[in-house]
Parts: sequence; C-alpha cells; structure tokens
Amino acid sequence: MSMWQRISLIFRSKANKALGRAEDPRETLDYSYQRQLDLLAQVRRGVADVATSRKRVELQINQLQVQSDKLQGQAEQAITVQREDLAREALTRKSGLTSQITDLKTQQAQLQGEEEKLTLAQQRLSAKVEAFRTRKETIKATYTAAEAQSKINEAMSGIGEEMGDVGMAIQRAEDKTAQMQARASAIDELIASGALDDATSLNKGDDISRELEAMSSQSEVEAELARLKGGSAPQAIEGGQDGGEILAAEEPAQTQTSESKDTQ
Amino acid sequence: MIVRILGEGQYDLSDDAASSLNDLDATVESAIEAGDEAGFRAALRQLLDGVRTAGAPHEAESLAPSDLILPMADATLAEVKDMLSGDGLIPG
Repeated sequence: MSMWQRISLIFRSKANKALGRAEDPRETLDYSYQRQLDLLAQVRRGVADVATSRKRVELQINQLQVQSDKLQGQAEQAITVQREDLAREALTRKSGLTSQITDLKTQQAQLQGEEEKLTLAQQRLSAKVEAFRTRKETIKATYTAAEAQSKINEAMSGIGEEMGDVGMAIQRAEDKTAQMQARASAIDELIASGALDDATSLNKGDDISRELEAMSSQSEVEAELARLKGGSAPQAIEGGQDGGEILAAEEPAQTQTSESKDTQ
Repeated sequence: MIVRILGEGQYDLSDDAASSLNDLDATVESAIEAGDEAGFRAALRQLLDGVRTAGAPHEAESLAPSDLILPMADATLAEVKDMLSGDGLIPG
C-alpha cells in the first residue's frame, strides 16, 4: 500500500469516527449536520482572527516606518550641519528598524496567505454543508433501514473527509496566528518599554536626540535669521557682509540683544 | 480517480495521469524515509503541481470520498509523519 493510501485511510477513518456516534442513522445525519455548522462557524471566527492579527502587524509596520522616516530626517538634518557622526548614528539605528520592518512584512504576507486559504476552505465547506443538508433530508424522507444505511455511509464518508480537511486547515491557521501574535507582541513590548523609542524619538532624552534637537533649534534660528536678513534689506546684501561677521559669531539671542543695542 | 490535496480541495484525475505521477510519488516517499526535509518539500511541490496540471477541480457540491489524499503544499516532514502515525492534526 502506498504511503498516500495509508494516509487516506487513517484520515478518513478518524474523520468518520467523529461523525458516527448516534444509534439511529437519522440522528447521525442530524448530528453531523450540526457538527458541520459548528465547524463552519469556527472557520468564520478563524478568518476573522487571522484578519485581526494581520491588521495588527500592519499597524506595527506603519509605526516602525514612521520612526524609520524620522531617523532618515534626522540623518539628513545632521548632514546639512556637517555632523557626519550623528548622521551615521541615525542611519545605523534606522537600519535596525529596517530589518524589523522586513521581518514584519514577511509575517504579514504569511498571515495574508492563511487568510486567503481559510476563506477558500470556508467557501468550499459551505457548498458541501448545503449539499449535505439536501441529501440528508432526501434520505430521511425515503428512509428504510436497509436502503438508508448505505446512502448514509456514502454521504458520511465524503463529508467526513471534507470536514477533516477544513478542520485541519483551521487548526494550522490558528497555530500560525498564535506564532505571529507572539512575535508581534514581542515587538509591542519593545515599543512599550521604550527600547525603540529611545533610539528613535526626537523628544526623548538620549544623546543623539538631544544633540539633534539642539542642532535643529540652532538651525531653525539660523534659517530664521537668514530670512530676516534677506527680508528686511533685500538690497543690502553687500552691506550685510559688514555685520555678517558679528552676527555669525554670536549666539542668536545675543544677536537680538546686540541688534536692539545697535538701534538704541 | 479523485485526489484530494489537503487545504485545497479535490481533483479528478484519469488513471493514466495518476500513474504517470508515480515517479514523483516515489521521490516524495524516499525523501520522507531518508528524513530529507528540503528534498521532501521540493518533491511534494512537484507532485502537487503534477496533480493540479493533469487534473480538473472536482465539483464543489460533491460529497464523494477521495481515492487518494495528499498533504498540503506547505506541509513539513514532521506533519506528514504525524499523519502516518495517526496522531495530531486530524481533528477527531
């Protein structure tokens, strides 16, 4: 006997055993129809669970992407003020996030696949359950013990196999979903604990953020200053060079004071 | 004959087509016996592709039992061994 024939026999006998519990064959039909409806409901819940997990993973991808973009911005900012060391640090942290994003995207694709498979299994089982319901009523209506038994056996054998198959699909999807959720919540914890936040947030007090923050306020001041200089005296570009040395050498706050002193 | 790929559904296969898949079938079996996970996966994929190509999907409303049941495309060696031992996986 080939390996697949062995698998087929084991599979079918196990699935059928689950169905053939009642004494009266007609009860068996009703009982197994009930089991089918239960399984169908379970599959629907399974699809919903997998979809929820998938969306959760997608949400995390988006969060990490935002943090990664922020680091990219910080790196660009650092480069404009010639702080290659800071830019390098920001990019290093970004590459850590990139690998996490890649990992999550793989998980997301796997969940998507499970979701699609489960949806197909659900459609298939729905068609079979409907066919079984019709056949069950026919058998019950024309019931004579001898005739019915063979029809029941035949119908049960096919539906038992189908239910075993779909049941296995949902069990596997649930296992995979649990694995994904465990991985996703590990990343959740990382985010909650601030391990990622410290590395990425502009507002948290780690070294790179402090420096970049200081740098960014400094460069905002410089930009503002340049705008003021350009706006107040567009024709005085040459004249601006005289005061330029003083302005550049001084802190912005002091500049304002010295300017007001000048006007006094 | 009717062949079921677990997780996918049933296919109708002519006896000729079925017997032409015997070589692929044997490759899968020997990979399982050798415990060769990579070989098993590759051979299984080929076998299932063969069934899909040579067969036609069996009608959805049918309640007919299959003549052969094949593992799902992403099955692991361990899962197939479980099926053979009659443990795990199959809901009872």
